[in-house]
Amino acid sequence: MLLARVIVDVMLKPEILDPQGRAVQGALGRLGLSGVTDVRQGKQFVIDIDGELDEDRRAKLEELAGELLSNPVIEDYRMTVANDDEVRA
Amino acid sequence: MSTRIGIVTFPGSLDDADAARAVRIAGGEPVALWHGDEDLKKVQAVVLPGGFSYGDYLRCGAIARFAPVMTKVIEAANGGMPVLGICNGFQILCETHLLPGALTRNDHLHFICRDQRLRIENTSSDWTRDFAPGQEIVIPLKNGEGGYVADEATLDLLEGEGRVIARYLEVNPNGSRRDIAGVCNERGNVVGLMPHPEHAVEDLTGPSTDGLFFFASALTSVLAGSHR
Repeated sequence: MLLARVIVDVMLKPEILDPQGRAVQGALGRLGLSGVTDVRQGKQFVIDIDGELDEDRRAKLEELAGELLSNPVIEDYRMTVANDDEVRA
Repeated sequence: MSTRIGIVTFPGSLDDADAARAVRIAGGEPVALWHGDEDLKKVQAVVLPGGFSYGDYLRCGAIARFAPVMTKVIEAANGGMPVLGICNGFQILCETHLLPGALTRNDHLHFICRDQRLRIENTSSDWTRDFAPGQEIVIPLKNGEGGYVADEATLDLLEGEGRVIARYLEVNPNGSRRDIAGVCNERGNVVGLMPHPEHAVEDLTGPSTDGLFFFASALTSVLAGSHR
């Protein structure tokens, strides 16, 4: 059976303050990691789809990545299609 | 006949009962709307209450935006009906893009709950017309993701058009840009506010009764036919 996996990474836009990332940055320093200059925290969606990832579904995914999975006012997204090996693993 | 104001309950809404009470005390007739409703039951204004709709999953307000009732609310808002989003409701209005900008995690990362002093900056919107210009009020504020952000051009536009309806005084509780506590759309019928006027409508339970002005304003607006 064909199976497609699409990964959508969502990050706050660079100009938006990321207090969570900043808190993590502080924690990394306290736990002994020196030299951390910045941490940004994002989200990753791993989407498995039955069957082929045809053009229609790909277009619909793009649309929903920009409309539901991310808020274009504050976030950027990046969509990648995993290769077959990764999906079967 | 009293003015019918709808209050939407989403799974996870918390302040719908207080919002209904506030409407009643202000002299309106609260009408319960459910997130799955596909009609607005002839209401003349709508309140999206505070809480954690759909558990705040994904982003605050992101899923509520696609609830069936929201299709109708967006339609009505675009037609000029007064719509007030409080806290989570404000987040929903930003997610629907009825209002510009977005609400992000408080800059200090803590949930905050306090009685907050505000200055009313706009007395022409459908939800603030009963205030005196520059009136200072105290109402409760409680949020974890209440930091208002928008790009500089949008902030300048909002300031230039007088669409910042309320600003934080004394303390900026969440890192909101330019101390913004609430904004409205161009027409002034859609208003988003992070603090909670519905918790300040009775001396017994609130820090003031200043919150009543918002609900009374909507009644005034509907009576004046300013819902166009």
